Amino acid sequence: MSDELVIRAPIPGVFYRRPDPGSPPFAEEGDRVEPGAVIGLVEVMKQFHDIVAEAAGVIVSFEVESEDVVSPGDVVARLEAAG
Amino acid sequence: MSGEIGRLLVANRGEIAVRVIRACRDLGISPVAVYSDADSEALHVQLADEAVHIGPAHARKSYLLPEAIVAAALEAGAQAIHPGYGFLSEDPRLPRACEEAGLVFVGPPAEVMAAVGDKVLAREAAIAAGVAVVPGSEGRLASVTDAQGVAAELGFPVLLKASAGGGGRGIRPVESAEELADAYQRASAEAEAAFGDGGLFLEKLLVRPRHVEVQVLADAHGNVVHLGERDCSTQRRKQKLIEEAPAPNLDPAVRDELCEGAVRFARGVGYVGAGTCEFLVDAEGRACFIEMNARIQVEHGITELVTGVDLVAEQLRIAAGRPLGLSQGEIEPRGAAIEFRINAEDPGNGFMPSPGEITAWRPASGPGVRVDSGVEAGGVVQPFYDSMVAKLMVWGASREEAMDRARRALEECRIEGVTTTLALHRELLDWEPLRAGEVTIESLEEHLDAAAALAGA
Repeated sequence: MSDELVIRAPIPGVFYRRPDPGSPPFAEEGDRVEPGAVIGLVEVMKQFHDIVAEAAGVIVSFEVESEDVVSPGDVVARLEAAG
Repeated sequence: MSGEIGRLLVANRGEIAVRVIRACRDLGISPVAVYSDADSEALHVQLADEAVHIGPAHARKSYLLPEAIVAAALEAGAQAIHPGYGFLSEDPRLPRACEEAGLVFVGPPAEVMAAVGDKVLAREAAIAAGVAVVPGSEGRLASVTDAQGVAAELGFPVLLKASAGGGGRGIRPVESAEELADAYQRASAEAEAAFGDGGLFLEKLLVRPRHVEVQVLADAHGNVVHLGERDCSTQRRKQKLIEEAPAPNLDPAVRDELCEGAVRFARGVGYVGAGTCEFLVDAEGRACFIEMNARIQVEHGITELVTGVDLVAEQLRIAAGRPLGLSQGEIEPRGAAIEFRINAEDPGNGFMPSPGEITAWRPASGPGVRVDSGVEAGGVVQPFYDSMVAKLMVWGASREEAMDRARRALEECRIEGVTTTLALHRELLDWEPLRAGEVTIESLEEHLDAAAALAGA
């Protein structure tokens, strides 16, 4: 069984999966991501901050929807460690 | 007044909602608040007579919905809506929706708001009113020779701009006549490649300008007055941090030109309500109109401190159809006022937003001090909205006295739980360009960059 990893929201705000409404999502479930890959944004006080993967892995699921409110530490996505 | 507007809905949150509620109280109007899921405990909700829930925390699903705002006003039995600043304050859909619902909108009519908000139309209106805009070529340049002639007339430096460019693309600064021929060929070729159109025009590059703006009030009976100017040059990323009234070291002839130009512009577009004409003023005193903001502004309070005029109350009287309560001759700015925006941001960490609970809150007070805020101890600075938590304003009989009082007030002020710009403001009181009244719109960023480089070295 491979290890499960999570990506958490670093700051409170509104979560987005796309850089802007007309663009495709940063990442989809099933995508393989490398450390530093941007998988979403959090809008806080009119500023946007990247949410990045800290380890390599395959995205198993997103735990929050675009435009959902997140708090610091909330799990945004689950990864399966690439083994 | 109460016969005309008995109940008013405040379509905003935070300090400006509190400010409008206070003006309502002073005029015997019953204020109604609106709130999102995040704001049910907010100060503006507590201070209003009634509060209507309008949707989720996300502003696009609450404070930015004209239909939700109008429905809330009708539900609460309000006859008028005040938009505050930000959110829907410059969106013509709100005055239009008010008109359709038979509500009074506190601001200009929808078509005037739309015209003022269009950069091209506003520039044309300024020219028609005899107000100087950024000088440039009339339309496209025909050739290099044409460009040389226009540039010589404007004086270097100039900006070569692609006719088809936009959003900051296709702009090339040119320092001298020697550079111009070469720059023209390159810029034209680049514009042809990038936009499929090599057409160019020229604009004067304003060197180290100041941001100076003029407050106006206009009623529905054709009366327009100005309330003097404010200098808002202390900015970071186009966000104002410190403003003052009057503008220090401004040539009285330039001041008159700006103030009279703002009145002519407002009259020319048929403006109604409180508005602000913004100008850039360069080192030689050349003043160019940029735009008009068709709403009350964040920094309106310093104009209130020097003129003694309650601008929000005037907005409400104008909206009720009353003539202006004062003539130009009765408006005499006195002393100096300075505003410091206290934002929940960390200047030590790239101005990173710092939302959270305010665990301790002691606003400054005493002679010459005014603090407008929408928070209190135990309240929460929400991550969903603007980072401004309070405006600290000081007044003094002279600019020097205002600065001394600013030092006292900034020291006295205490906010815990969130990181704010308070400490930065204390430091900036010793910043020479601010002390000398010589700040230009680039000064603060240069200062912060230099300080950051020093700290990193």
